Amino acid sequence: MANVTITVNGKSESREVEDRTLLVHFLRDHLGLTGTHVGCDTSQCGACVVHMDGIAVKSCTVLAAAADGAQVVTIEGLADGDELHPMQAAFRENHGLQCGFCTPGMIMTAVDMVQRHGGNLDEKTVRHELEGNYCRCTGYHNIVKAILDASGKMGSAQQAAE
Amino acid sequence: MGMEGIGARVTRKEDKRFITGRGRYTDDMTVPGMAHAGFVRSPHAHAKIKSIDTTAASAKPGVIKILTGAELAADGIGNLICGWMIHSKDGSPMNMGAYPALAQEVVRHVGQPVVVVVAETAAQARDAADAVAIEWEELPAVVDVTKAIADGAPQLHPEATNNLIYDWEIGEGAAVDSAIAGAAHVTKLDITNNRLIPNAIEPRAALGVYDPAEEHYTLWTTSQNPHVARLVMSAFYNVAPEHKLRVIAPDVGGGFGSKIYIYPEEIVCLWASKRSGVPVKWVADRSESFMSDAHGRDHVTHAELAFDADNRMVGLKVDTIANFGAYMSLFSSAVPTYLYATLLSGQYVIPAIHCNVRAVYTNTVPVDAYRGAGRPEATYVLERLVETAARELGVSPAELRRKNFITEFPYQTPVIMAYDAGGYEASLDAAMKAADYQGFAARRADAEKRGKRRGIGMSCYIEACGIAPSQAVGSLGAGVGLWESAEVRVNPVGTIEVLTGSHSHGQSHETTFAQLVSDRLGIPVDNVSVVHGDTDKVQFGMGTYGSRSGAVGMSAIAKALDKVETKVRTIAAHLLEASESDVEIADGEVRIAGTDKKLGWHEVCLAAYTAHNLPADLEPGLKEGAFYDPTNFTFPAGCYICEVEVDPDTGKTEIVQFVAADDFGRLINPMVVEGQVHGGVAQGVGQALLEGCVYDQENGQLVSATYNDYSMPRAGDLPSFDVSTTETLCPGNPLGMKGCGEAGAIGSPPAVINAITDALGNNDLTMPATPQKVWQLAQSAAG
Repeated sequence: MANVTITVNGKSESREVEDRTLLVHFLRDHLGLTGTHVGCDTSQCGACVVHMDGIAVKSCTVLAAAADGAQVVTIEGLADGDELHPMQAAFRENHGLQCGFCTPGMIMTAVDMVQRHGGNLDEKTVRHELEGNYCRCTGYHNIVKAILDASGKMGSAQQAAE
Repeated sequence: MGMEGIGARVTRKEDKRFITGRGRYTDDMTVPGMAHAGFVRSPHAHAKIKSIDTTAASAKPGVIKILTGAELAADGIGNLICGWMIHSKDGSPMNMGAYPALAQEVVRHVGQPVVVVVAETAAQARDAADAVAIEWEELPAVVDVTKAIADGAPQLHPEATNNLIYDWEIGEGAAVDSAIAGAAHVTKLDITNNRLIPNAIEPRAALGVYDPAEEHYTLWTTSQNPHVARLVMSAFYNVAPEHKLRVIAPDVGGGFGSKIYIYPEEIVCLWASKRSGVPVKWVADRSESFMSDAHGRDHVTHAELAFDADNRMVGLKVDTIANFGAYMSLFSSAVPTYLYATLLSGQYVIPAIHCNVRAVYTNTVPVDAYRGAGRPEATYVLERLVETAARELGVSPAELRRKNFITEFPYQTPVIMAYDAGGYEASLDAAMKAADYQGFAARRADAEKRGKRRGIGMSCYIEACGIAPSQAVGSLGAGVGLWESAEVRVNPVGTIEVLTGSHSHGQSHETTFAQLVSDRLGIPVDNVSVVHGDTDKVQFGMGTYGSRSGAVGMSAIAKALDKVETKVRTIAAHLLEASESDVEIADGEVRIAGTDKKLGWHEVCLAAYTAHNLPADLEPGLKEGAFYDPTNFTFPAGCYICEVEVDPDTGKTEIVQFVAADDFGRLINPMVVEGQVHGGVAQGVGQALLEGCVYDQENGQLVSATYNDYSMPRAGDLPSFDVSTTETLCPGNPLGMKGCGEAGAIGSPPAVINAITDALGNNDLTMPATPQKVWQLAQSAAG
């Protein structure tokens, strides 16, 4: 067993867990944060993407013990209170989701993508960057559209802040 | 059209919970005392179970109960059924082998559940499952249909001699033979429709809870049709009495057909909950999904299309062998018969059609309906034939199609279907314009300069949705009726709950159904809640598959709304002392035409519930239900054009444009419709370019059992799509809707393959058109 303390969505959480516990199961089973999903067992689908210390990771591929001391943000922690993150809003505005199962991982990946590329995203780059995230419903068309839309808005917001 | 009514691009009411991580899927459910199931699955494609030793497994940490097929049989849990009876052409009923939820004596495919372990945690259940010792006697296996029906093949079920489930036919064989004999030209093709694995991103899951005090069962499950699940589990599997079983399908993460069926794991979780005394949850890992979710397609076909000297189609002859896998899944028998052969007329006048279908057992995962279900297979046969014929005849593929289009409706095909409405030239013209079909030659020449081979391919599909009417499908062998139910509950304050028998697993019902109510009653969509997926809340309903939620499910709501409106008119006319025929319901008001008399919508609703001043004999309250049984199938149709560039040096195919022009009848929310087409096309392109289930031909191992091995389309594999619609209203339902959920997957595969074969100048290409196959073809074409 391992004692693990992880700051999740700004709140410090300590639990004693089995050594083999994955970060995704720490979030889902120990903290009840079920927005992060498990869609495969080979780190291919990306439904479990969260941010760890500011970087997108597949939480099915990180041991909870390896995240000890880390800052983790999940889909539940992305909005600012009732105000949606621009990426969340863009997914809704552009019909970037259908069944919603891949959506949390898509949004967390997309936020990371925009943060790394700033406002310099084009369709080809977005499609390439999405290679770690499967969606079976949307054919990606509106996901790509949503990310480009949010990218523009987040880029302008960043510029305004600077 | 109001701002939120029929035809408006309303953003989705259901989105907020999904984009904030508050969706509630089956795996998100927990109940006190919950334990977890782990399944021991067959590692062999075909074997006898000599013995099962659970001694070591029982001693593992956390183990609560271990159950086998023997206990299942002892408790009288029934075998899985196939709900559509097909008779062979000699009149004999289909040959169905026993399909127990836990294997007894023999296993027939890799991944078949044999033993269930219930333990305190999911990890413990898996650990203990690994410790169950089973002694096997391996038997020879067969996975290829042509080998399975050959003499000397391994036999799967004693009921099915030579592994033949049925040998069925439709149409007039003699008429077709005569047409072919007298034809000016006959195009012949051997066609394989590759086996696909559905792969909804949410794996299947179940949570069974038995309450001994009430002798009551609850099942949370990833189902497209919770009432059907309850009915089948009570009436056929004897798991629980229907009135003592609540089935809840909460948020469901995609289905595509694979979550229609009632699988062994769901039955076992419920049964094991009673047997073990604790709630039992199971969530498939992806490898389990690959080897236990019903697969799709898997046809081998020879087809011949005959033309007269004027290039008019005179006859179509099709011979298909359909791989059913190791057991008959719930609706498997209907897929290659009434959902396939009946669509072989496509958009064309073909005076004579004959199709023979043999359904065959093999040592593979059971096959059933997957997005499109039979219709993609029919479209692929016909549209590959037509495109090939155009090349052989030296005529334009578009004009050959146009010349043979059905233009007058209703049109009775030789294979049961009576098309009610359509406008095939309109969708062909729209697609050709959007694709700049005329400019293709210049684009091809430009590609050649860059060392690329450019090709264009077309597909004019038809499909049939909203399988109906119930009496007709019953006469064809269906074990169920295919109507839908709805209840419209108007609250005293005028807000509304719609209880629907349809089920949304991505289809946006919470929005589109609310738009219908908004359109009819003039209230905001935010004042309408759509309730579905819980047998304790919703009246019996048939669920969502076959693109039926609009044409059938919404028609039931429309019918219930008719009754609500009638009662509102009666109450308002009484209160305002006017004639019922003068009452208008709009914009949140109930008005008397030509006067200034009016009441707020909420005032009339409240009056219905206070009942202080109602007409004599009128019951209080405002709640109406309806069951809607369609008069016919609906017939969505369209034209898809795919343009590709092939790199002959690498075999890589790039889709440079994909155009879809569909006729779905009336659209409720174009944004949602476009999304459905995008997703369908992506699955169709996946079938054409990437996806193919692979079994080891010798030992029956599933080779493509992970996302590393089975290639699903990623964002970088696909282009953005050019999607538009034309419109002929469906005369068969009150809303004029046809259905849009499957068209993309039905129409797109032949368009892609027609494009690649056009680019290569070689027609000898099978799906999936992997770079390896395309490269080989490019080399031979170059040589």
